[in-house]
Amino acid sequence: MKRISQILFITAVLSLVITSCADINKDKKMTDGALGSNAAEKVYVAPGEHDEFYAFVSGGFSGQLSVYGLPSGRLFKVIPVFSQDAEKAWGYNEETKPMLNTSYGFVPWDDSHHPDISQTNGEVDGRWVFINGNNTPRIARIDLSTFETTEIIEVPNSAGNHSSSFVTENTEYVVAGTRFSVPVPQEDIAIKEYKGKFKGAVSFISVDPDHGNMEMAFQILLPGFNYDLAHPGRGASHGWFFFTTYNTEEANSLLEVNASQNDKDFIAAINWKKAEEYIKQGKFKTMPANYAHNVYDEKTHTATSTMKKEVKVLDPAECPGLVYFLPTPKSPHGCDVDPSGEYIVGNGKLSADLTVHSFSKMIKAIENKQFDGDAYGIPIIKFEDALAGVVSQAGLGPLHTEFDGKGNGYTTFFISSEVVKWKLESWEVIDRKPTYYSVGHLMIPGGNSRKPFGKYVLAMNKITKDRYLPTGPEVTQSAQLYDITGEKMELLLDFPTIGEPHYAAGISADLIKPRSKKIYKLEENEHKYAVKNNENIRVEREGKEVHVYMTMIRSHFTPDNIEGIKVGDKVYFHVTNLEQDYDVPHGVSIIGANTSELLIMPGQTETFVWEPKQVGVWPFYCTDFCSALHQEMQGYVRVSPASSNIELSWSLGED
Amino acid sequence: MIRLDKLIILFAVTLLISCGGKEEKKEEQIKIGKSTTTQKKETKPVSTGTPASKKVDLTNKGVGPIKNLVLDATIDEKMAAQGAELFKTKCTACHKTHKKFIGPAPVGILERRTPEWIMNMILDPEKMIKEDPLAQELLKEHNGSPMANQSLKEEEARAILEYFRTLKKG
Repeated sequence: MKRISQILFITAVLSLVITSCADINKDKKMTDGALGSNAAEKVYVAPGEHDEFYAFVSGGFSGQLSVYGLPSGRLFKVIPVFSQDAEKAWGYNEETKPMLNTSYGFVPWDDSHHPDISQTNGEVDGRWVFINGNNTPRIARIDLSTFETTEIIEVPNSAGNHSSSFVTENTEYVVAGTRFSVPVPQEDIAIKEYKGKFKGAVSFISVDPDHGNMEMAFQILLPGFNYDLAHPGRGASHGWFFFTTYNTEEANSLLEVNASQNDKDFIAAINWKKAEEYIKQGKFKTMPANYAHNVYDEKTHTATSTMKKEVKVLDPAECPGLVYFLPTPKSPHGCDVDPSGEYIVGNGKLSADLTVHSFSKMIKAIENKQFDGDAYGIPIIKFEDALAGVVSQAGLGPLHTEFDGKGNGYTTFFISSEVVKWKLESWEVIDRKPTYYSVGHLMIPGGNSRKPFGKYVLAMNKITKDRYLPTGPEVTQSAQLYDITGEKMELLLDFPTIGEPHYAAGISADLIKPRSKKIYKLEENEHKYAVKNNENIRVEREGKEVHVYMTMIRSHFTPDNIEGIKVGDKVYFHVTNLEQDYDVPHGVSIIGANTSELLIMPGQTETFVWEPKQVGVWPFYCTDFCSALHQEMQGYVRVSPASSNIELSWSLGED
Repeated sequence: MIRLDKLIILFAVTLLISCGGKEEKKEEQIKIGKSTTTQKKETKPVSTGTPASKKVDLTNKGVGPIKNLVLDATIDEKMAAQGAELFKTKCTACHKTHKKFIGPAPVGILERRTPEWIMNMILDPEKMIKEDPLAQELLKEHNGSPMANQSLKEEEARAILEYFRTLKKG
């Protein structure tokens, strides 16, 4: 017995040794570099040091946009975009409520999908990042000097704003394509009338080159397909935009089956320079519409919402040369253009192959009028005539491709759960690495531009199951970082993300860091209720409305004692942070306020409303730990009965 | 025992609040370290020597960007006016010209400090609090409330200094 157990023990020890040896070998294989550096070193950013890249990762159903550093995967900020955020008072304070206004009224949530960074000459420039709201169609612009959402435009005639928000080579336009086709204009008709009646609008929203202000330039009314994703032409194909479609069957029910019948759907190639000509010639129709345009003014720190009443619409049947269809197998998702602008990749999600179209061949086919019929008056180019090549049997369920700028494409395969690296022009597969699990999109910083930073690829997964400590039925979302500098990819890091990360945009930190604002200058503060010096501190009554003009600085509010407020009043606290130093925000809220705190940056003014309901003396305090005397930063408001004759008074200290 | 004391005080305070409403002078109910007579007695601070705000040191230039600054004999009124405006927006949240507020009053500051020290205190209060003994004493004297860096430019701090020269003792 003893012997047997000894033998067993020795065997166990031996097998341990063998296993660990095998592991070491495996690790070596994984690093694939002559230096044999390990993955941890590659993602380690020492305390106090900065990451090399910013990654703007969509927040999916959180409606927001998160900011990570790469390669560390550290989360820096969640920028509120389409959803209310109590932490930052976004959509709660008086200044930002108008940002969430739509033609449907105040909408406090959306589903954010595809961020894209502004470009100059086809390269990411780090000025703005755009992102789409999918559910109630909207496009937002975030200013990368403040990392705040500064503009949101609603998209009319659209539903399920999915093939958005991608920019052209000089940010002339940001596009928004509808995933769901709908009656245009909306009307009360039977759903079965879908075929032929429903339309798919793609919108071109112009972007002011200096200030970034967006305007609905024009829409093109396409057949009633589902427009899934898009990417711009660049280089030779600058002036064109490409959209994938599915449901060319025009099914209105059980799409799972009914929209998967055709062997090929289309990529819509849109010549937007041609569209500009048609607009100039007046070949558009002006359609009545109703959509919100919300702009946050940097000087007044206040947003305004304007309802726009019309939109210019182009009908491709009446505008020859505007749109062509490229047949693409099969229900393609991603529509991706390589850095040269020559290759347009259709990622047919129900196909095992990747289809690569050639821009120059497409142009030749158009010149020679080699068409294979038409769809609603839009010429269909013969599949073979524009085909550049096929990456065949690369995996199951291709979704999206980006490029490293060194002649390689990287494609996600959802069903086979992997990233596949392949070579442009030879179309051969070079490497494949598993993802954990079921990857959706991937991102190479600058990967949707002429000049990718081909160092990392970030894969965003749909399922994480056992990859992290469990947190009940709902588990974390995640992204995975791969080193792509070698011939083979190397998995470096898993990190959790917010919402469901659909897509991301990345950029070298050097392009953003120097422009990042540290404070708002008090002298530039033009907020209607700002108090820039203590002489103007006051409390004013206008009927039942009371306006408190308040300031904050380490570590007191002025005033901090207020009397003469009555039950039934609507009290507006307009609070200005007088600090002019980096990283000294103050927060404020009062007991029982039916809204969020304010978190006010140095030099900024924000407003919250309080409707006192009970007689008494009620405290307010600073909610952001600001100094050694933060706990002393507080005040009181005395609330008297509605019938009280107590005059308004306010003070700080003895005065 | 301490608990009981606290309870009694709490009770007393509660009583006081419930009796409140009239503008009467209220008797202090917390009498730690004070005599039991109702008469308020002037108590001297425990600290020894002159408080930092009264100390005169016309050699210490402080630490910071300003190494040497010679003032004109005459006051530049235009600059002083600019300084007065700046003081209003950037400083009055914590300073009153003639009275201690959160921080000390600047009146007569040039009789106590060098121009360099004043400028350095405005331009880099963090460094001053770390390295200058007088700034450290001042911090203690003012309840540990550190001077805020208001990100002023050098010429702005200079204008404020000029404004300080115009402040007359009242």
